[in-house]
Amino acid sequence: MDFGFSLSPSSAVNLDNTDMSLYERLCEREPGAKTCMACGSCSATCTVSAINGMSVRKVILGLQRGQFRDVEKMLSRCMLCGKCTMVCPRGINTRHLILELCRLYGSKEGEL
Amino acid sequence: MTMDRKIVIIGGGIAGMETAACLRDLGWTPVIVEQSSALGGHVAEWNCLFPDLAPAGKLVDSLRAKVEGIEIHLDTVIAAINYLRKGYSLVLSDGTKLQSDAVVFATGFSLFRAEKKEEYGYGIYDHVISNKDLELWFNTGSDERVPDNPKAVGFVHCVGSRDIKAGNTQCSKVCCITAIKQAIEFKEKFPKAEVYCFYMDLRLFGRKYEDFYIHAQKDMGIHFIRGRVSEVSETIDGRVFVKAEDTLSGKPLRVSLDLLVLMAGIVCNRDNDRLAQAVSLPLDEDGFFRSRDNVSQLTLSDKPGVFFAGTCTGPKTIPETLAEARSAALAVNEYLKTLK
Ligand SMILES: Cc1cc2nc3c(=O)[nH]c(=O)nc-3n(C[C@H](O)[C@H](O)[C@H](O)COP(=O)(O)OP(=O)(O)OC[C@H]3O[C@@H](n4cnc5c(N)ncnc54)[C@H](O)[C@@H]3O)c2cc1C
Ligand code: SF4
Ligand code: SF4
Ligand code: SF4
Repeated sequence: MDFGFSLSPSSAVNLDNTDMSLYERLCEREPGAKTCMACGSCSATCTVSAINGMSVRKVILGLQRGQFRDVEKMLSRCMLCGKCTMVCPRGINTRHLILELCRLYGSKEGEL
Repeated sequence: MTMDRKIVIIGGGIAGMETAACLRDLGWTPVIVEQSSALGGHVAEWNCLFPDLAPAGKLVDSLRAKVEGIEIHLDTVIAAINYLRKGYSLVLSDGTKLQSDAVVFATGFSLFRAEKKEEYGYGIYDHVISNKDLELWFNTGSDERVPDNPKAVGFVHCVGSRDIKAGNTQCSKVCCITAIKQAIEFKEKFPKAEVYCFYMDLRLFGRKYEDFYIHAQKDMGIHFIRGRVSEVSETIDGRVFVKAEDTLSGKPLRVSLDLLVLMAGIVCNRDNDRLAQAVSLPLDEDGFFRSRDNVSQLTLSDKPGVFFAGTCTGPKTIPETLAEARSAALAVNEYLKTLK
């Protein structure tokens, strides 16, 4: 059928088969992740966000949507400076969150 | 039952005045104790009220008229308060001794001190003001921080609310709609200025509030940016430089403004600790007074004869405050009728 435009179903979020396992494992190690309200303070204040797109907000959201590859790419751009932790209004230890996530990606347990 | 029973109302804001007026109508003898030199509380400082832009002064005047003839102690606080078998015995800071059968706390709220959020530069940069300052400017037209010909102005939502670092995780409830109100009023005065509201969530819960939002979008062209301001700095030419994330596009956002207005939130009255201790009442974790029940008994405390009215139990709009004040008066009335 010709709609006159192309459909790209792969870009849709399908919660029926989203894999949340990595997000859940992260929440065990850094429960603060669950309280993110997507305010964007972390990204706005991040030392490198404007240059390379690093964003704790996007990392958390990406995990909630099962986008492991995008998240992994982003993590490598973080300098672990901790500025984001200073501004988070929900008091999330975002630096610790990133470290734990790096460990999960690095470990066999992560199985990625 | 004797009808000359006395009720001391602590706080002469709109909650205290409305409670007093109702209690007198019911035949009792209310006394208002107000720490400042005038009745009206915070509302006496506001200019126009959401959602209809009705003048705040008119409301305050009508309430002041309603309490005329009632015993009122201005510039006065409670020096001592004791529960005796027959009720409460109070000593006021002006030396007056009062015997009362019931006490109503109508001590209201405190506005979050915007300077505590240092990263927003209140009290440091030349063109950063608070929501309260803007109301005063609407009233008086004089504030050196407000420029003559602003090209761009920003409103920062949730300043000192929903912020664990500011010590307040609660939503203040009235500041989203106040931001929209002030943005509209500002745009009316300066039609050429770009007006931005930086929000995390827009909480426009009341009747007509959403219409106000649509009006701000459609007729006033106010821009809504979904992202919390993370830092503010000053440019060489004295403008305000704001950093946020535009979370909807996922990009860092920067903008220079001529004025930044901080929507300081509603926090507990800084006196509450002392007041609560005086009558051995527990405070809630957030420092507001704790009602006996948060659904059906907002105006009752855990102590016989102690009642609450208005924002001393949490953020409220004016109609909510007034309705609760009347409800508190009825609760006092019921209580007094049970006294022999
Ligand atoms: C910026 C802003 C704008 C607002 N605009 C609107 C609006 O447009 N429409 C609307 O519906 N609502 C508005 N509100 C909400 C409104 O201000 C409150 O609903 C109202 O002020 C609550 O009245 P209250 O009497 O409970 O408390 P308050 O106004 O705080 O009054 C308390 C009174 O008690 C006195 N007091 C405190 N402690 C003591 C003590 N220890 N002893 C003696 N006296 C004491 C105080 O001096 C004060 O007079 C706004 C709020 C803010 C922050
Ligand atoms: S710790 Fe990483 S994400 Fe946080 S501000 Fe620094 S570089 Fe950005
Ligand atoms: S600052 Fe905190 S709450 Fe805000 S988006 Fe980042 S992690 Fe989430
Ligand atoms: S009412 Fe709006 S501005 Fe005020 S604390 Fe709640 S969300 Fe923030």
